[in-house]
Amino acid sequence: MPTAIFGSIEAGAIYALMALGVYLSFRILDFPDLTVDGSFVTGAAVSAVLIVGGTDPFAATLIAVIAGFAAGCITGLLHTKGKINPLLSGILMMIALYSINLRIMGKSNVPLLAEETVMTKLTAFWQSLGLDEALQALLSVTGFVPNTWGILILMLILAFIVKVIIDLFLTTDIGLAIRATGNNETMIRSFSADTDLLKIMGLGLSNALVAFSGALVAQYNGFSDVGMGIGMIVIGLASVIIGEAIFGAKTIVRATLAVIGGAILYRIIVTAALRVEFLEAGDMKLITALIVVFALVIPKILEKQRERQRKKRRVVQKAYEGGEQLAAIKTDS
Amino acid sequence: MLQLKQIHKVFNEGTPDEKMALKNMELHLKPGDFMTVIGSNGAGKSTLMNLISGKMIPDLGEVIIDGKDVTMVKEHKRSRLIGRVFQDPMAGTAPAMTIEENLAIAFSRTASRGLKKGVTKTRRTFFQEKLEFLHLGLENRLQAKVGLLSGGERQALSLLMATFTEPKILLLDEHTAALDPARAELITALTKEIVKTYQLTTLMVTHNMQQALDLGNRLIMMDKGQLIFQANEEQKQCLTVEKLLEEFQRIRGEKMSTDKAVLI
Repeated sequence: MPTAIFGSIEAGAIYALMALGVYLSFRILDFPDLTVDGSFVTGAAVSAVLIVGGTDPFAATLIAVIAGFAAGCITGLLHTKGKINPLLSGILMMIALYSINLRIMGKSNVPLLAEETVMTKLTAFWQSLGLDEALQALLSVTGFVPNTWGILILMLILAFIVKVIIDLFLTTDIGLAIRATGNNETMIRSFSADTDLLKIMGLGLSNALVAFSGALVAQYNGFSDVGMGIGMIVIGLASVIIGEAIFGAKTIVRATLAVIGGAILYRIIVTAALRVEFLEAGDMKLITALIVVFALVIPKILEKQRERQRKKRRVVQKAYEGGEQLAAIKTDS
Repeated sequence: MLQLKQIHKVFNEGTPDEKMALKNMELHLKPGDFMTVIGSNGAGKSTLMNLISGKMIPDLGEVIIDGKDVTMVKEHKRSRLIGRVFQDPMAGTAPAMTIEENLAIAFSRTASRGLKKGVTKTRRTFFQEKLEFLHLGLENRLQAKVGLLSGGERQALSLLMATFTEPKILLLDEHTAALDPARAELITALTKEIVKTYQLTTLMVTHNMQQALDLGNRLIMMDKGQLIFQANEEQKQCLTVEKLLEEFQRIRGEKMSTDKAVLI
């Protein structure tokens, strides 16, 4: 079990980048962007093909990020200039990217197991620091010895850095304008902001993060597969919603942290669910969908109940105060 | 400052619903002019506002602001010259963002936006100073989400946001119509004060005839897409609601239906 949880946190930290991308489109721009299913694979495909071709894995990942940015911008163009409904623009782009991803890879699966990747490089760097021994000694009591702590810690740091950059970006003049675009388009247009451009840019950034995550996941898992993005948007939404429900979303600083937490938590939930005897790996998508449905519905039911109780209490209190007044009148007379 | 030349606008052209929204509209506002616009529903007041703001483009004619022909300039670019307050108090502010963030967005109306911090210390002091002007205590609530404010407070904030960067033209589209009488009065008083302080060239649409008479130095009346009556500063001073109604009847040969315009 500790090994499974350790793995979930590792993977969760990498998927957190994708979840942050989904947070940008879904929450900040109020744009349910289905491009994610395609751009995640685009990131994986571009980086995998380049790495196999001998490109430095860090450069390959950077190019993957740029490819994701381009994909997001095209979705934005379809929506703003082509006047296509947000959901449909995303679906169109997702389907188009499926073919493009196949073209990029040339086949449906590119293995990376024998290649030097960002993950192997980072692991080597971490081991050269010699921190593993210290951590191992600290946790030797539990009898749990992972291969390396490097990926876990470095990926958590990476997710945190990206989070801080997003937080800062959203307080700049452009960032404020992007947030207002998702919040009140009439208003921001009356303050001389080009909402079309802001949406295109926002979707570009969102998908750049998604592709970044896809590139790292491919290198983490040791392969890029054309089907690895299926349902990715729902996983992203699950992470955002779970995170916000558990860690809160009062400010952006808190919400982005919550999204990272949500992504990790999601991985843990899935791992735990798969340990249940009768569930199979193929059930994961169904589980994810159910998690999102519950996460969306339960808070509403709870809120309704709380509201009802609050009202009941108020009525009772009023009746009580009224009774007192009545009593006062009685004693007066 | 603002000039409209022979503006025509037709809606649903070529269908049975075809409607002449504006017909040969001519308007000229000098710098510092404050014009109120009255007229019943469907008179073309909103279309007039939309054509000036750039939300719509006229079929014919020119819109000139500060000597520049902006007829084909896109809405967001034109917004650099124009401050707007909408009828709906929710429309002019972003509810999920804080008061200071909203003000920062308004502050950048005249500049191009970059990667500089939106709310800086200097800007914050400036915002506080401006908010004090509203006498609503908002200067102490800079970090509060705008969605938590009342309709009146939001509209006061919208008014401030539209004006504190001193736009060339201020467009007020029935901005007190959705408020309760006390709040409406407050916003009207603020409007008067702000327009006077910044000497803003203002166009205000209103359903309320008394308000149209109380505010501004010029008045126009519109009906069925046409300008039917104009009053300059001197003429406006002698006008009353009754006289306006008489005038409408004389020109149109019919009574202005009272349910379409608020008389008091």
